[in-house]
Amino acid sequence: MLRYTFNRVLYALPIMLGVSLVCFLLVHIAPGDPLVSVLPPDATEALRRQMAELYGFDRSLPEQFLRWLARAATGDLGTSIATARPVAAEVARAVGNTVTLAAFATLIGFTLGAIFGFVAGYFRDSPLDRLASALAVLGVSVPHYWLGMVLVIIFSAQLGWLPATGAGPGGSTEWVWDWEHFRHLILPAVTMSVIPMGIVARTLRALVAEILSQEFVMGLRARGLSEFAVFRHVVKNAAPTALAVMGLQLGYLLGGSILIETVFSWPGTGFLLNAAIFQRDLPLLQGTILVLALFFVVLNLLVDVVQTALDPRIRRA
Amino acid sequence: MAAPAVPAAAEPAAALVRSPSFWRSVFARLRRDPVALAAAAVILALLVLALFGPWLVPVDPYASSVLRRLKPIGTPGHPLGTDELGRDMLARLVHGARWSLFMGVTPVVLAFFLGAAIGITAGYAGGLLGTAIMRTIDVFYAFPSVLLAIALSGALGAGIENALLSLTLVFVPPIARVAESVATQLRNRDFVEAARASGAGALTIVRVHVLGNALGPIFVYATSLVSVSMILASGLSFLGLGVRPPEPEWGLMLNTLRTAIYVQPWVAALPGAMIFATSISFNLLADALRSAMDVKG
Repeated sequence: MLRYTFNRVLYALPIMLGVSLVCFLLVHIAPGDPLVSVLPPDATEALRRQMAELYGFDRSLPEQFLRWLARAATGDLGTSIATARPVAAEVARAVGNTVTLAAFATLIGFTLGAIFGFVAGYFRDSPLDRLASALAVLGVSVPHYWLGMVLVIIFSAQLGWLPATGAGPGGSTEWVWDWEHFRHLILPAVTMSVIPMGIVARTLRALVAEILSQEFVMGLRARGLSEFAVFRHVVKNAAPTALAVMGLQLGYLLGGSILIETVFSWPGTGFLLNAAIFQRDLPLLQGTILVLALFFVVLNLLVDVVQTALDPRIRRA
Repeated sequence: MAAPAVPAAAEPAAALVRSPSFWRSVFARLRRDPVALAAAAVILALLVLALFGPWLVPVDPYASSVLRRLKPIGTPGHPLGTDELGRDMLARLVHGARWSLFMGVTPVVLAFFLGAAIGITAGYAGGLLGTAIMRTIDVFYAFPSVLLAIALSGALGAGIENALLSLTLVFVPPIARVAESVATQLRNRDFVEAARASGAGALTIVRVHVLGNALGPIFVYATSLVSVSMILASGLSFLGLGVRPPEPEWGLMLNTLRTAIYVQPWVAALPGAMIFATSISFNLLADALRSAMDVKG
């Protein structure tokens, strides 16, 4: 197991390096001068060159990459061009809010998805299965930003039950564990949860049906085990895969929250990305994407290691 | 956003090497599947709208009017109401089919060709070249798809070409992975061995034996990505990164109508319903196609 973990980490390192390179190059595929948003339109050539030197844009690309990487490794992601604040601080503030939202969404989605998936897999081809499968297809097909709008229309605009935007009362951007903040979390979290709900339900339906068709289940039944005891065996066999899917979905939600955060003005990384894109704040864009992508790689790594620890049959390395 | 579902490496293997009669029986099975037929009908209707919409609804989708802003559904002369600039919603939704389908389907088509070429090259060549290609693909695969799409089109800047380019790059890695696994399996099949033994060159083998047998499974996998692509493409326009005003594109329309949800909520929700209908139809059709091919024997 240790050896597997070690190999898996070794495999993740070049991926992380590659991910960093892609993030670094983002600034350089961008058309135009990245300094254009800080410089006054009538800036002199001398001032332009001075600023380029300050941000390091005057050096060769490989040199810029190595310097950027060395600084990023120590937690220095550069300075936001629009706000002149450190990118790392901006991202750190936003990441907490996105993690809160994504974690709640994963929890809701996984619970519902597991219920639908088990019901559908157990009663395959029954009306219950068709209903659960239909819900799963709806979950993966719905444009979530539109679902968010529809939920706002129903629960905020029409019924007035829940707030439509923000993370807390009075434009609060810090997450606090109280009722008011929780009320702000409900709509975005429910909107976000439909994606993992659909995927978990689809995966578990196929998995449960497959496990039930195996001979050992017939063996358990033949030995007279109660249906509940058989169910426990099915859960044990399905758990490693289910947990892996849940982990990966959490990663996808962290990286994919931008549309939902935009709809609900949720002060997380997606909101930050949106601002970075439209203010052409490339260091902020680069830093946010680097943090989210590395998060995803590490989460993938953890999921693989945990899954292998739970289920030695899939040890691959 | 949906994870371009776990590239089912094992799945194409089952579908490898089928005769022409196999495809005929797949379509025979599809014809008996009511869900597949309904989904296909919706897609066909959308295609008709995209191709002939301007003739079916000969109303100017750009004609705005300050007096007729945000009329409700059922207004005489405007059966689906008007938007925030007083433009006819029915005309805009119908004309929007062209933009939205184009933006959603094009990236998958481009990624199908690119991904298949890259994956088959890597799988058939194997060795150092294959490994180098696939490790590069892995780097892009390591990004969540929504994040990569937004990162690329955010850096490149708003615009149709940039949005198409970003989405294509998002779908190349998963398709290349499936193509690579299919090609690797094919490489070691007896009939490829036989072709090689009888003196066929590498190009001939790839063209006749590998392409002929690999494109089917890769195509089926690619169809399952269209639904995600529709949602993502409209999502980019929704963020202001894709199609630009005043063009009628469903994601963009949804964005500009967001301010109207307290005035005409159901008019504001209409463009999203179109995206939803398109995406679910492609999803159901892809599912039906997969299960029609899955039957053993």
